[in-house]
Amino acid sequence: MLQKVADKNDSGQRGAAPLLSFKGVGKVFSNGVTALDNVDLSVHEGDFVSLLGPSGCGKSTALRLIARLSTPTSGHLEWRKAQGDDSVGFVFQEPTLLPWASVFDNVWLPLRLRGVSRLKATPAVMEMLARVHLENFADAVPRELSGGMKMRVSIARAMVTKPRVLLMDEPFAALDEITRFKLNNDLLELWQQERFTAVFVTHSVFESVFLSNRIVVMAAKPGRVYRNMTVDAPYPRDEAFRTSTAYAELCRRASDELSAAMDVKVEARS
Amino acid sequence: MTAVESRTVVLDPEEARRVRQQRLEKVGSWALPLAIMVLAVWFWDRICVWNDIPKYILPRPGVVVQTLQDDAPLLFSSLLVTLKITFLSLALAILGGVGLAVLFAQSKWVEMSFFPFAVILQVTPIVAIFPLINIYVDNQTAKLLLCAWIVAFFPILSNTTLGLNSVDRNLRDLFRLNGATRWQELWHLRLPAAMPYFLGGLKIAGGLSLIGAVVAEFVAGTSGQASGLASRIIEAGYRLNAPRLFAALILISLTGIVIFLALSLLSHLILRRWHESALKQEA
Repeated sequence: MLQKVADKNDSGQRGAAPLLSFKGVGKVFSNGVTALDNVDLSVHEGDFVSLLGPSGCGKSTALRLIARLSTPTSGHLEWRKAQGDDSVGFVFQEPTLLPWASVFDNVWLPLRLRGVSRLKATPAVMEMLARVHLENFADAVPRELSGGMKMRVSIARAMVTKPRVLLMDEPFAALDEITRFKLNNDLLELWQQERFTAVFVTHSVFESVFLSNRIVVMAAKPGRVYRNMTVDAPYPRDEAFRTSTAYAELCRRASDELSAAMDVKVEARS
Repeated sequence: MTAVESRTVVLDPEEARRVRQQRLEKVGSWALPLAIMVLAVWFWDRICVWNDIPKYILPRPGVVVQTLQDDAPLLFSSLLVTLKITFLSLALAILGGVGLAVLFAQSKWVEMSFFPFAVILQVTPIVAIFPLINIYVDNQTAKLLLCAWIVAFFPILSNTTLGLNSVDRNLRDLFRLNGATRWQELWHLRLPAAMPYFLGGLKIAGGLSLIGAVVAEFVAGTSGQASGLASRIIEAGYRLNAPRLFAALILISLTGIVIFLALSLLSHLILRRWHESALKQEA
């Protein structure tokens, strides 16, 4: 059951309008660095999109633009519907927890900032903690947890408001491989249960292929989209998929694309 | 072979030496300073005896302890006066220091505009400012409080300001992302993050408020009925009452030590669950 990889420059050939599109988006920082240059990119409802690329290709900048933590210098982002405050969850590179607060309080935080009392938030918080297998650690403080557990808390916190889009900025980069695999599995499970749209920034080919149905390969200096790649493998994906030849083949293709993206000359620029 | 042997861990010579070393250091950490202290007091006593020094020049330790007992009513009522100024000024230093720091944290502009004034107030010796305070303020207690406050508030202000400004960037983004108000960010993020810095400043301010209270009383001069330890010291100096001088000095030092230990304990209790500084003490 070897899966075929479709290389397209845009995957906008599905029926429904994309949930979110970048239209010629550029971002230039005050120090003159062009983080993004004329990026067109669309994310469909229910997608698991990975932004894959070397450092400096602007993938984190793209994520911050989606989260509205930053505004584009040129072009614009187009949402299909008007977005409320609850629409976006963000998982940072580091767990980024409040060190003085318990696991419960950390997950409660986004609801608390929206004025939800501890009592009212408890069912939602405990449900999210159960989803990330931390229901027995509600009273622990972050320093008592391992790196993987901290990241789970961070994911639970991002998901507790039931966002339509979950943005993740290399969330597992600092974890050991065993923990990383486990969290990849759990994340996919969560994604299939909750049916949110995921945008996942990574520099790991293996991770992006395992998780996503679409990979956006990016090139650096200036940051731009090099290739849109569809990962044509069915979900649910489990440990068997991780050792399959189909997975190996997909990884090889993605790896080739990434190498090509890193080799392209800046000559394409005018 | 025996049951005992199977239960205890057999240590190689190196590990055994390390365990012995640790045990020795643990005892030494309090036994050594104590021994040196006892030795010093004994030597002090001997110097007095060997050289036949009169007690109005250098009293023997026994005489000082005796004076501490005999003059207890006088000295302790004075200590109470000094303590009142110390704690009131420390309370005001906390209010003023944290209040100004929060104000500074609201806007970079406010901080840039007013922080230099706090520095000026800090670096000018309080003894030099006092004559002015003496002209403008009538109430004796208010004078002393103002002096002690000027000395004590700066470490709290500068530390808390630093703490409020050293919040993790990602956490601030997280708060922004969740639509937090300025007040929510202050209450749920910046104030807790500044807590270790504030407590560090508080430890310094505790000692400074005592110093401030004593120095203020020195420059303000004796005013009869409600006089603190500083007045007792000046008075005893005029009368060549060296034993009481020493007794008052010992009381002030002990007070300073108790304040420092109490604030260290407070800091440890507040931070022990999450902050690195408190964790190391536990290990």
